[in-house]
Amino acid sequence: MTVTDSQKMAYVAAQAADARVNLQFETEDGMTLNMGPQHPATHGTLRIVAQLDGEQVVRCEPIPGYMHRGYEKLCEVRTYPQVTTLINRIDWLGSFANEVPFILAAEKLMDVEAPPRAQVIRTILFELSRLGNISLFLGDLGIQLGGITIGFYAFRDREFVLNQIEAATGGRFHPNFDRIGGLKDDLPKGWIAETHRAMDRMRRLCDEFEELVLGNEIFQARTRGIGVIPADIATSYGMSGANLRATGVDWDLRRDACPPGLSYDLADWKVWTHPDGDSYARTWVRLQEVRESTHIVDQLLDSIPAGPIMAKVPRIIKVPEGEAWVATENPLGEMGYYVVSKGDLVPFRVKIRSASFNNISVVPWVTRGVFVPDVITIMASLYFILGDIDR
Amino acid sequence: MPKVPGMVKGLGVTFRTMVETLKPSGGPATVQYPHEKEEPSPRARGVIALHEENCTACMLCSRECPDWCIYIEAHKTLAPPRRAGGKPRQVNQLDRFAIDYSLCMYCGICVEVCPFEALFWSPEYEFSEVSIADLLHEKERLGEWMETVPDFEPYEAGSEAKGKKVPR
Amino acid sequence: MSELIFAIELAYWQQTLIKVLVAAVLIPTTALILGIVFLFKMMSWMQSRMGPQEAGPRGLLQLAADGLKFLQKEDIIPDRADRFVFKAAPVVVLASTFLTYVILPAGPDLIIENLPTGIFFAMAVSSLSVVGVLMAGWSSSNKYALMGGLRAGGQLIAYELPLILAVMGVVIQAGSLSMQDIVWAQADGSMFGFGGLGLPFVITQIVAFFIFMVAIQAELTQPPFDMPVAESEVVGGFHVEYTGFRFLFFFLGEFATAFAFAAIAATLFLGGWWVPGIDPNSALANIVGPIALFVKIMVVAFLIFWFRFTYPRFREDQLQRFAWKYLIPLALANITITGILVVVL
Repeated sequence: MTVTDSQKMAYVAAQAADARVNLQFETEDGMTLNMGPQHPATHGTLRIVAQLDGEQVVRCEPIPGYMHRGYEKLCEVRTYPQVTTLINRIDWLGSFANEVPFILAAEKLMDVEAPPRAQVIRTILFELSRLGNISLFLGDLGIQLGGITIGFYAFRDREFVLNQIEAATGGRFHPNFDRIGGLKDDLPKGWIAETHRAMDRMRRLCDEFEELVLGNEIFQARTRGIGVIPADIATSYGMSGANLRATGVDWDLRRDACPPGLSYDLADWKVWTHPDGDSYARTWVRLQEVRESTHIVDQLLDSIPAGPIMAKVPRIIKVPEGEAWVATENPLGEMGYYVVSKGDLVPFRVKIRSASFNNISVVPWVTRGVFVPDVITIMASLYFILGDIDR
Repeated sequence: MPKVPGMVKGLGVTFRTMVETLKPSGGPATVQYPHEKEEPSPRARGVIALHEENCTACMLCSRECPDWCIYIEAHKTLAPPRRAGGKPRQVNQLDRFAIDYSLCMYCGICVEVCPFEALFWSPEYEFSEVSIADLLHEKERLGEWMETVPDFEPYEAGSEAKGKKVPR
Repeated sequence: MSELIFAIELAYWQQTLIKVLVAAVLIPTTALILGIVFLFKMMSWMQSRMGPQEAGPRGLLQLAADGLKFLQKEDIIPDRADRFVFKAAPVVVLASTFLTYVILPAGPDLIIENLPTGIFFAMAVSSLSVVGVLMAGWSSSNKYALMGGLRAGGQLIAYELPLILAVMGVVIQAGSLSMQDIVWAQADGSMFGFGGLGLPFVITQIVAFFIFMVAIQAELTQPPFDMPVAESEVVGGFHVEYTGFRFLFFFLGEFATAFAFAAIAATLFLGGWWVPGIDPNSALANIVGPIALFVKIMVVAFLIFWFRFTYPRFREDQLQRFAWKYLIPLALANITITGILVVVL
């Protein structure tokens, strides 16, 4: 294997960038702490460079890019059905939710709409992936703060949700179930009753989380008033999802701008906000979201209409020329795809807007002057998935 | 009634779980894996099985595979005519059908695009190997997995999808 | 029979040899028992798991297998580490643990050395481990280890005070620093004129017991006070660079110290080896004593580990504030009230 000049240049540039960061943070007094890329608290390979004064953070900067996989470019050489399986891996905990906005954008370009039955099932699976994602957050937050027991509880009860996703789609983590114009398959028999039971388990997990972690005085001392993000800062950094709702901004794409193809209007539900904007508020909002999601799923399960699950689409999918932007409220926040088609088998350009990148870009602002343990609290409560940052 | 402090409540949760785990009616949430196994759901995408008689070497799966991990080799032969006195038919004889499971993403596109119902998902999951090169499985191995393919489940009420059958 | 055994007069060196051998076998065993019963089994049950199942009957030998595994591992010393201090640190930590066992009474005659200032000695040697921890953190030439070591130093010093002040209440009530005398004081005491059950000091010194439990939780660097070893913050703290048998030393030290502190708590507050209904002067007490002490230790250890598996951890400054603002004044008030009551009554 020969190394080309451009590869050499890229290597040199990477080294230089690395050295620059180290140099910027190295000072006469104080200490530079490299958290990551391999650190237990970065769930993935996020590098956090912090300039410390004792235990106090003077400056802190997250450096993403250690897991960049070039999805936007990869999408340009994959046909539309193949893209679906690829973008499963962006936010790997809520995979199905990644597929939906892309499929909706393609549907928009092709001007097809999924049948009502497919839309409802799609919404249910979307919410199930949200449950699978955020329930892990509840456990992970406990682990980051030292209470490992809730982590096991979260994994235990999340299994019921994953089992339901697997029973319907065949894949626990990467369903690859959404198709342009509908779904790959219909639900198996007995799935609805089983899912109702899984929702009961999730609600029980929420109660346990409230008793074990949220109500604990130590937990409150660790999270209340830590990492306060005011609403104007949050909006100017482009934060979205539960992190934004925890600052008091009443904003939810599921309610405000639900794209056609998802049927949230069939259920009666509420958007939770919290005025504080601190780590506790973010946890609280997510906990309420899990509860609300179980109620959405319960209501939608009882209102699945009869009918086909696939609209009429050609076997070989060619998307007509045009551009479409569709964003949905994913577990981590706003996730959108800007799809440009030149009427080919493959998309001409795909721009992926994922929530975590914007959510963690506020970290340098919010970690000024906090202690090292608070950095962990803030990172854990901002809740990012590394695949969602680096794509 | 005074409010119970959260720290005491938390102790209650862990103690309750311990009693629940030790009770004969409760038991742990985990499964002692090599001794007892969990039953994956029939749709679970464990491994791809090949029903060789149905394969016509049309290469659709190989082309649609997102990471091109299916290898097909075939040659044309003459098969005996369907009706007596007819001309012999030209068919594709499958020489090699291999899936490299170290590349496979388990997306299921090949199973979906197969027009002749030759590929099926099996929930079988115990096929790990010591070396990554040993994960390239030829058609004989893929055919063995055909026995582990379960029947398709019936659909939930209100479905209009047609039930499918697994060739045996 | 038992009178005969205990009547045998041994030379001083013979006694010492036996005591050393018993201690050398006993201390790792206690660490193993705590590790298996609580860390592996109880923690698993509380998290709805079964814990280790494969090594030995019901997985009970898992920790022994882990210990053997540690012995096989490569002994890695970082390039820029201060080699001598790095090697010495685990030994210092373990030595402080071993010394604590000297004054633990398991029966009227079963004690390694009945020092007149027993509990004072225990407190003194147990704080030696701070030195070992600081040595480990400093010599590892690792930023995380340094932070963990300094955190441990600050924390252990801060919690040494409430620990000693909590013990003071018991000492005032018993009127002696000797562990044996404290047990005797509880055996001879009486509750409201009824002497059958004696007077375990947990009843009169409930505040001190609470402070003691909180303080040993911090001394053992267990959640909610495990910042020095916090996985998610400082990646294991002062022992992040240790491998193999040096890590095993820290591990043994941690659990043997937990056992020792549980034994001190059981002796000071629950009556130690003494069992109601058995004449403490009889030889039977020498046989029942260790069993009674073991049961009491297990009760205390259950509490320690129950807290450990339930609570999230504090932040370093919150921990200091908690110690200096709440625990120490509370302990001082407890001493004052105890002193007044002892004089008045």
